[in-house]
Amino acid sequence: MITRTLFRAFDGKANWVVALLAVIAVLVPLSNLALPVGHPLRVPDHFVPLFGKYLTYAMLALALDLVWGYCGILSLGHGAFFALGGYAMGMYLMRQIGDRGVYANPVLPDFMVFLNYDALPWYWHGFDMFWFAAIVAIVAPAVLAFVFGWFAFRSRVTGVYLSIITQAMTYALLLAFFRNDMGFGGNNGLTDFKDILGFPIQASTTRAALFAASAIALALCFIVCSAVVNSKLGKVLVATRDAESRTRFLGYRVDNYKLFAFTASAIMAGIAGALYVPQVGIINPGEFAPANSIEIVIWTAVGGRGTLVGPIIGAILVNAGKSWFTGVFPEFWLFALGGLFVAVTIFLPKGIVGAFTGGWSALKARRISARAEQGSDIAPEPSPAE
Amino acid sequence: MNARNDTLLYLDGVSVSFDGFKAIDNLSLVVRHNELQAIIGPNGAGKTTMMDIITGKTRPNEGEVYFDGSVDLTRLDEAAIAELGIGRKFQKPTVFESHTVRDNLELALKKPRGVFSAWFYHADDEDETRLDEILETVRLTHRQHNLAANLSHGQKQWLEIGMLLAQDPKLLLVDEPVAGMTDAETVETAKLLKAISQTRSVMVVEHDMSFIRDLAARVTVLAEGSVLAQGSLDHVSADPRVVESYLGR
Repeated sequence: MITRTLFRAFDGKANWVVALLAVIAVLVPLSNLALPVGHPLRVPDHFVPLFGKYLTYAMLALALDLVWGYCGILSLGHGAFFALGGYAMGMYLMRQIGDRGVYANPVLPDFMVFLNYDALPWYWHGFDMFWFAAIVAIVAPAVLAFVFGWFAFRSRVTGVYLSIITQAMTYALLLAFFRNDMGFGGNNGLTDFKDILGFPIQASTTRAALFAASAIALALCFIVCSAVVNSKLGKVLVATRDAESRTRFLGYRVDNYKLFAFTASAIMAGIAGALYVPQVGIINPGEFAPANSIEIVIWTAVGGRGTLVGPIIGAILVNAGKSWFTGVFPEFWLFALGGLFVAVTIFLPKGIVGAFTGGWSALKARRISARAEQGSDIAPEPSPAE
Repeated sequence: MNARNDTLLYLDGVSVSFDGFKAIDNLSLVVRHNELQAIIGPNGAGKTTMMDIITGKTRPNEGEVYFDGSVDLTRLDEAAIAELGIGRKFQKPTVFESHTVRDNLELALKKPRGVFSAWFYHADDEDETRLDEILETVRLTHRQHNLAANLSHGQKQWLEIGMLLAQDPKLLLVDEPVAGMTDAETVETAKLLKAISQTRSVMVVEHDMSFIRDLAARVTVLAEGSVLAQGSLDHVSADPRVVESYLGR
């Protein structure tokens, strides 16, 4: 039963995406590490963590699309799950520093020494072990999403009201994590990481491995999402999106379906955050900023919500654009982003992918009707110009 | 409570008011097993509100609502009531527009409704055959792979009736099934509902008098939230109060 469901995940499109991600996961690190510097096919050093970061953003956008594109829950707080996963990883990386910090305290991270902590807060225990941090990076976002969703969906909060409270959720976390006495480094966050699993975090081999891990994680998330949306579960999610009360009258407990999608999505966002932090080298409360969560929505909208490929394309394109734009015209980026969102909403309501597939099926439909008009099912011979 | 024992649906003294307006006022009504019952009444008589109460969308302020003689519907939510075996067709046809006709029926098909059973659900031959049968019954076989959004109004009505069949309910609540249908389609719908009521109970709300006549069912006339008259169509249409409140206008 389960294998059948997983098998269904691999439709034609999914095969291509997974194969492409697998190729990227191998070739990019390989070309960076094996080819000599200056070789035209060599992926430059700075590109590896940068593109790795885009892949984690792509995962985040994919996670959002599962709830927004397929289930109709416009979450404006998905950055919170991403940041929680990131903080879990950041806490592990902080503990890895050990006595190599500025204050050379073997147990306490620098900011704790600076803030006169005399012992490690209880919730920092266990983060010296990678497996523990990895579990927390999954469990913390999942618990937050589950508890939040439990109350919100039970009380049938929907639409714009739900969006507003997701926004409030991430804003509340932003304020909380800014406080020094929360014990997460206040507004400086966690940084100055030295190594991960014993490997130096700046080394090109480590970066290549993190890149490959991000590509593989994205591929796995894609497979899971594909297995969800291609199953009857996915059909119920879309049914909920389009006609929630009708779905209820068919006997489906819509709140449970939403809760499942929301929690699964938060887990994926948490994993993305955990992969993001070692590649950018810092996590601070800014990741909880409502504007970040809105940006995720823009990536997804640009790429095409309600498709699985769309958010990946959207996240990579918009962020590549952002990297270029902030280099050339740094002060205009936010205007460009706003303009992009307006333009996409007006001209490409289904995003880039939606426009392509929509255009393709419209073309096919036009050809079929043209053929039907001629009264034959045989494709007309291309005739030379008259 | 012997009176309700051999009933499928039992409403006694049900009242509900919205902001002081009594939409349902001391309504008592019974649907028996394998009975086809037609509900008529002027706009605002409380027909849709009554269905909302039966299906758990609206809670009554007072009164009893029992299903199958013993299940108190006022304590259950929509999903639980649907699982008990009460299916509802809405006044405005509500189908899942971005799903195909066949997928719409598959979603309605009587199966476990849990998240994980849906995830790992795989239609077996029996299910496929059942879907084929229903498609045949509602005459949508040729459109089964089209999106429901592209159906005509009448076809959407039939698809919704098909979804009701797929749910395999004990009681069907059918709200204005022939609105927007041609005369021929209306006649076919009446035949279909009569056939369905051989094995289960059907409650139909409709304004179309010739359709009601075709159904040859017991008629209940609602007015201002309570039962005005009950009996055969000829009987109720001879009732001066019914003529005054509904038919005469």
